[in-house]
Amino acid sequence: MDFTLKIWRQKNAQTKGSFKTYPLKDVSPEMSFLEMLDYLNKQIIEQGDEPVTFEHDCREGICGSCGLYINGRPHGPMRNTTTCELHMREFKDGETIVIEPWRSRAFPVIKDLVVDRSSFERIMHAGGFISANTGTAPESNSNPISKLIADKAFDAAACIGCGACVAACQNSSAMLYAAAKIAQYAMIPQGKVEAKERVDKMVKQMDAEGFGFCSNTYGCEFDCPKGISVDFIALMNREFFSSKVCKQKQA
Amino acid sequence: MQKLDSKIPEGPLAEKWSRYKAGLRLVNPANKKKIDIIVVGTGLAGAGTASALGELGYNVKVFCFQDSPRRAHSVAAQGGINAAKNYKNDNDSVYRLFHDMVKGGDYRAREANVYRAAEVSNDVIDHFTALGVPFARDYGGSLDTRSFGGVQVSRTFYAKGQTGQQCLLGTYSSLNRQIAKGTVKMFPRRDMLDVVIIDGKARGIITRNLLTGELERHSAHAVVLATGGYGTVFYLSTLGLGSNASAAWSAYKKGALFANPSFIQIHPTSIPVLNDYQCKLTLMSESLRNDGRVWVPKEKGDKRHPGEIPEEERDYYLERRYPAFGNLVPRDVASRAAKERCDAGYGVGDTGLSVYLDFKDAIEKQGQKAIKDKYGNLFEMYEKITGINPYTQPMRIYPAGHYTMGGLWVDYNLMTTIPGLYAIGESNFSDHGANRLGASSLMQCCGDGYFILPNTIGHYLADDIRTGKIPADDPAFEEAEKTVADRIQRIIAVGGKETASSFHKRLGKIMWDHCGMRRDAEGLKKGMELLKQLEEEFWKNICIPGSEKDLNQELEKALKVADFFEVGMLMCEDALQREESCGAHFREEHQTETGEARRDDANFAYVGAWEYLGPKAKPKLYKEALRFEFVELKERSYK
Ligand SMILES: Cc1cc2nc3c(=O)[nH]c(=O)nc-3n(C[C@H](O)[C@H](O)[C@H](O)COP(=O)(O)OP(=O)(O)OC[C@H]3O[C@@H](n4cnc5c(N)ncnc54)[C@H](O)[C@@H]3O)c2cc1C
Repeated sequence: MDFTLKIWRQKNAQTKGSFKTYPLKDVSPEMSFLEMLDYLNKQIIEQGDEPVTFEHDCREGICGSCGLYINGRPHGPMRNTTTCELHMREFKDGETIVIEPWRSRAFPVIKDLVVDRSSFERIMHAGGFISANTGTAPESNSNPISKLIADKAFDAAACIGCGACVAACQNSSAMLYAAAKIAQYAMIPQGKVEAKERVDKMVKQMDAEGFGFCSNTYGCEFDCPKGISVDFIALMNREFFSSKVCKQKQA
Repeated sequence: MQKLDSKIPEGPLAEKWSRYKAGLRLVNPANKKKIDIIVVGTGLAGAGTASALGELGYNVKVFCFQDSPRRAHSVAAQGGINAAKNYKNDNDSVYRLFHDMVKGGDYRAREANVYRAAEVSNDVIDHFTALGVPFARDYGGSLDTRSFGGVQVSRTFYAKGQTGQQCLLGTYSSLNRQIAKGTVKMFPRRDMLDVVIIDGKARGIITRNLLTGELERHSAHAVVLATGGYGTVFYLSTLGLGSNASAAWSAYKKGALFANPSFIQIHPTSIPVLNDYQCKLTLMSESLRNDGRVWVPKEKGDKRHPGEIPEEERDYYLERRYPAFGNLVPRDVASRAAKERCDAGYGVGDTGLSVYLDFKDAIEKQGQKAIKDKYGNLFEMYEKITGINPYTQPMRIYPAGHYTMGGLWVDYNLMTTIPGLYAIGESNFSDHGANRLGASSLMQCCGDGYFILPNTIGHYLADDIRTGKIPADDPAFEEAEKTVADRIQRIIAVGGKETASSFHKRLGKIMWDHCGMRRDAEGLKKGMELLKQLEEEFWKNICIPGSEKDLNQELEKALKVADFFEVGMLMCEDALQREESCGAHFREEHQTETGEARRDDANFAYVGAWEYLGPKAKPKLYKEALRFEFVELKERSYK
């Protein structure tokens, strides 16, 4: 297969970037999208130029490192699929493929297709945990949790922290990312103790990082490679408002 | 042989750890604040230990090369994590878990370490439950378990096919809590390139900031390596592409002994190679062998579609050869059996280098939904990669490089031969002997990190309460930084034509062909020769575009590949000296009439630990004799 690639090149955060066009021949349909980029990079290097920088590690859809904006969609055209799991057989021979980094104020570009997602980390520092010290845990089965709830908590916990939800959102909102964690913990007994404080702090941090608000277009769910449901945003909002009510009552 | 004092405590097996722990010295809470600890790695081992140390009140600095600690390769573990809870009432116990691991490791691990790992396994599960890890549950709300290879009980806890991710995210959450509290400081996007030794003790590390290229000095009273495995030496493996040997290797070059480097597990069920540009093999979890049946056609070179091959013309070779364990034999046995069938011409797929893993019977019996509940994400993954739906057609699988049992030698305290330098998780050699049983790595990583090291390190640090800050301008830091800078200059200065990945691929092929699933003296020697030639070529022709003062992924790769040449040499050296077959180490010269591994306990019941003696010198082998007081050494039979 042959492709024309239009790739965002940017030397660093200070310099302005631009698209560069690369024709690429003899791509195998069995190649993954990132293997296709490896193949391109090999040719770029052999011609004496600097390769396209992009993030990746596990190459099996679970570490959340890779995240490219492909033909106007985070992680490309396939639903429930990360960039590294996407294969070239999903594209048409001769197609032009446009590849960009995530675009969001809270994710500044570092180089080429690499962005800084440390804002996501800080949201977790603010409250993405259950305060249980090592060695303090009771026997696991002393606290039964219905399978239904446990499975739901798992669905929320499946987030890989890639940032596609933010990239997909017209407002660059991080609601789905924060909601997934907040909901996971709010649903289970271990997490309920700190639920109100958690939602408060995490939402505050999300705002401080410059992520936008949610206008319910559901683009995040549509483009989430793990199919995380927007229902968790509703659950987060409920938690958030009830935490406000509690505070007012206390005051 | 003072170098290899394993410090295994005396006493009855079940009491060793509790008695030993009771005798360890402590550092009081006020003094802990004055002590700095470096942890390199944020997988289950590193992030777990960093959070436990932070909770205790130490100042912890943590490093990883990814942009977030949550991306450590522990995240990719699929199948599960073992514990001796005996929730299934199937007569499981700490002793049985211990026994299974010692046997599974083909009697090449230390009894005391393995017992301890089994002993703390239950605490790990309880801790994860408290952290909100969404393990699978049954309808009564209790935790569910499943079976893994090499055992006859059901002791594996799981969260669908994403157990590693869920455990790591739990650990990551405890790390985040400490980061928020200020006890832990996180340094992502750093490559550790050297250990700094002052007066014989590990006192810091040199890192390269991957965004700016800057070399940084970090000092501490102790250094813990939790840098994972080096299965990427084969190029194609189930590991993440950034996984490396370099951190552990820098410790080796500074004097830490490296144990059993050739013990490397080849996992039987990975998706086979599909194209020449592939740089990664995707694992299909061992848990699939609970319900999937492995087969090849009885007829050589049978090219029919699997659905057209009738039942009686299929050879379920694992069930045939190993009736007692069937499809759930341990990994080394399953891998070799697959290779044997393929080499004999019965393999399937275009290249003949794969076998079927078939769920037809399980789907008929249990229904598609039950199978989907258990393995849904694995089936999806398979379909994405291959374009084939495994609900209707059997998966094709083949063995792939996966896990390193070998690693830095550590004593019972998890300390290497360098005082103050610890190694935990996959980066050490300790608990799996010559073969690891499924779901026991996550267990070991978490045990090491959360429950063992935080105790043993205090004993060592008790001497450091009056030391004060370790100065980062010590000449030892200067020298280490200079060595690293010179090496970077040297590699950049080559200015050749071939990329690091291309060298890595060629190196991996040498290792796979000569030091892979089956080894013999001639092949190993040949492999070493080829490695030497390729290494010379590397240092003449490696091409690194861009600058070292910038985000430069080609430089990062090249530095790792440069180390892999040396790692590969040591692996071959180690495989060559071990004139027996045990676990994953299979020497053609040493097999039974039926093609099973033949151990030689009289001469090889030892841990082989290597000392670095300089770039041109042959490394020196030390032998730590393994004493089996509690388990009888037997031929490992799964028939
Ligand atoms: C695909 C797959 C599936 C698996 N499934 C299972 C399973 O189901 N059950 C089970 O028990 N085991 C499983 N294993 C094995 C298990 O996942 C690993 O052995 C274990 O997670 C290793 O954890 P770790 O903490 O030692 O290292 P890792 O999780 O690999 O972490 C290594 C850390 O070190 C850092 N690091 C490495 N080198 C450097 C450097 N030079 N400088 C700075 N930082 C560095 C990395 O950034 C990372 O943070 C699986 C392994 C694979 C590959």
